[in-house]
Amino acid sequence: MTNDRYDEERLAQLLKILPPAPEGWVKAAQELPQARREIDEIAERAQRDAEFRAAVEADLESALTQAGYDVDPSLIPELRDRLTS
Amino acid sequence: MSLATVADADLVARCRQGDQEAWAELVNRFSRYVYAIAVRVYRLPEPDAEDVFQDVFTRTWQHLDELRDDTALRPWIATATRRLCVDRLRAGAREAPAAEELLELEGTSDELDSVDEALAIHEALKQLPEHCAEILDRFFARDESYRAIGEALDIPPGTIASRISRCLRKLRGQLEGRNERFRPSDE
Repeated sequence: MTNDRYDEERLAQLLKILPPAPEGWVKAAQELPQARREIDEIAERAQRDAEFRAAVEADLESALTQAGYDVDPSLIPELRDRLTS
Repeated sequence: MSLATVADADLVARCRQGDQEAWAELVNRFSRYVYAIAVRVYRLPEPDAEDVFQDVFTRTWQHLDELRDDTALRPWIATATRRLCVDRLRAGAREAPAAEELLELEGTSDELDSVDEALAIHEALKQLPEHCAEILDRFFARDESYRAIGEALDIPPGTIASRISRCLRKLRGQLEGRNERFRPSDE
């Protein structure tokens, strides 16, 4: 292998291959650990707090909002699964 | 030491210890890579690509403790991304038979090799002076105009072409003697 493969034209082509991912996607992925901790906390609370459990079973989104949780909408299906399993 | 220059293995070790900044850097480091595989290689529409993107990092987070070799992070992420993309295409093919043709993309190893090589070049940018990395990234990867670059970096637009040329030469020089590191891995 020689360095000719990295002439300036080739380098330019390779640099163009990796545009940034959308900022919102990156931010959501970076916040994943906190989001997962929040899901764990909600699931644990639903296990030990009967009133909260009844509220999330009746209307998950409303119960979360009322309890002050701000769960990313993309994680709601997973949370729902956790709460019903 | 900036996390941007920490080796993958150290980054994984820090993430395992719950280091939030290390996780943010890991996502940042591989975000373009995952995005390119989903959108450029497998040509997923944006909504599907976004789902794959989040799934890849969710799985990476979940499997940090199971990575047998901390240095295998990139191949692990590549494999997870490819599998999730193919799953998406298969699901689409069931709903729309025309999508069946897209599954043939599974064999696009040349494209995947190029993305691997591009990631290595992108990593090499970190070794260049900051202004060089910034100007090359803005011009080539972000497709910004001379005018936009000039405004963002507060430099005369008329000097940008020559700066790009100089920075490309520096990047090429940076790669001298390091070819082995930039060979796409055999997975």
